[in-house]
Amino acid sequence: MNKKQPNILKAFLYILLISYALITLLPFAWALSASFKPLNEILSAGLNIFPESFTFQNYVTIFTEQELFPRWLMNSLIVAVIGTALNIVFNSMAGYALARVVFPGRTAWFIIVLAVLMIPAQVTMIPNFLILKELGWLNSYQGLIVPGMINATFIFMMRQFFVNFPKEVEEAAAIDGLSRIGTFFRIVMPMAKPALGAMAIFVFMGFWNNFMAPLIIMTDDSMYTLPVGLNAFQSDYATYWNYIMAASMVFTLPVLLLYIFFNKYFLKGLSFRGDK
Amino acid sequence: MAKWKLSKSQLRDAGQGYLFMSPTIFTIVVFLIGPIIFALYLAFNNVNLLGDTSFDFVGFDNFTRMATDDRAIIALQNTAFYVVIVVPTQTILALVLAATLNAGMKGEKWFRVIYFLPTLTSSAVLVMIFMWMYRPDGLINTILGSVGLPTYNWMNDPSVALISIMIMNIWATAPMFMVIYLAALQDISESLYEAAELDGASAVQKFWYVTVPLLRPVTGFVVIIGVIGTFQLFDQSYMFSGGSGGPNNSTLTVVLLIYQYAFSNNQMGYAAALAVSLALIILVATLIQRKLQKDEQVY
Repeated sequence: MNKKQPNILKAFLYILLISYALITLLPFAWALSASFKPLNEILSAGLNIFPESFTFQNYVTIFTEQELFPRWLMNSLIVAVIGTALNIVFNSMAGYALARVVFPGRTAWFIIVLAVLMIPAQVTMIPNFLILKELGWLNSYQGLIVPGMINATFIFMMRQFFVNFPKEVEEAAAIDGLSRIGTFFRIVMPMAKPALGAMAIFVFMGFWNNFMAPLIIMTDDSMYTLPVGLNAFQSDYATYWNYIMAASMVFTLPVLLLYIFFNKYFLKGLSFRGDK
Repeated sequence: MAKWKLSKSQLRDAGQGYLFMSPTIFTIVVFLIGPIIFALYLAFNNVNLLGDTSFDFVGFDNFTRMATDDRAIIALQNTAFYVVIVVPTQTILALVLAATLNAGMKGEKWFRVIYFLPTLTSSAVLVMIFMWMYRPDGLINTILGSVGLPTYNWMNDPSVALISIMIMNIWATAPMFMVIYLAALQDISESLYEAAELDGASAVQKFWYVTVPLLRPVTGFVVIIGVIGTFQLFDQSYMFSGGSGGPNNSTLTVVLLIYQYAFSNNQMGYAAALAVSLALIILVATLIQRKLQKDEQVY
């Protein structure tokens, strides 16, 4: 159909696409540029996208003089990395059991996993706070990691993946004398890499960008993760847009790098969410 | 072998099944099913967390209180207004962008990469960037003023504060739904468009009479995910208003209200009742949509 489209229409469509690309890019470009500007240049309200007096000072300051910022970055990394690692192992184990192991109650657990998908986080947030308080897990990493160490969406995804996994592979491993657990960790998991990659990226993003859970669980400012820390910093130093923008850029970089290197997994993960 | 008597291999399978499931079962029971039952219990009690935690059974009081709670009514109105504006706008925007990208345009991949940036970015970072652009002398007002359009006090004027959040979130979420539409568009057979062309259909007619009807199941999915997400608006309202829902309750949402009652006002029982009610609203919306989608699959 493309060849027959009139040129005017095509030009109009390009204008639409380019305009929307600019609308999407402008806030990011603007923030990136501000992170390299001294504060007085930001506040003078010039529209120049290229800094007149280019400086790295904002980045140096947030890492050296704002001692909490590196701490928040570390908290976020600890929670996101450990949380993602646990999710990869636990979601695949559950998905594999639901797809391949015959055990009593399997259908019931599968239905429970599907039902859990529909529960909004607001319902569990208050009781979870009370449970974590009883456990003494407020202001702790495990308070954020343990309740999020599995994810029903990705258990479901891994189940779908393992349902279509070739049986011959496991049979061959069994003939070679590998136990089921050995087969799973040494043979099946390595072959599931594309699915694991898609899951890892979305789970990492979920932990990295989560605002509500750390806001409730972490009340001590040295235990904040980046989203909560950034918000607190903005409330205290509302006019220091140079530091806020530099911190925002540091915050965005890890996910951006993941996106650039694992682009194909991203689309796979998203299209799965679309198929559901 | 009798059915109730398990063989050795069946026993081994059962053990392995539960071994593999154990982290999931533990987390679901302790942090999902347990809390749901606990939330229902809380909703019928007054909870006092100061000193020793105490619970007072109050029956349906927490639920009847909502009808006379002005802030609950405002929060529901704000949230409903937000859902009604944001869901259709982001859905239509996503569909138009996807259809445009799919029309054999050059550089499709690059556009997709750019459009996807807001989806990757944390809500906290997006709010920081927009709060900065929304300042009275910020980028948006400067651009509007320079082309002679009216400027606004985006964050502190109660009549526009919620609209500021809407604009930001439509901008941020439409591209994610665009990617979902794009995947579905690539499955539509080219022959359908060729047939429409033989019948003399214009590009707009092809979009309206071929693309839109064929995408209906995807639209259903996009709408329901949109409704669930928008009903739960919290991060942006909290950060824009410093947790207050201001100015003048204009950015107060249901979830922000639940948060305030539970964690600032020590009224966890009432907060739990609000949370249970919100969950029911979302559940009903989901079931209605599922039903509509099932009915449609008949033809």
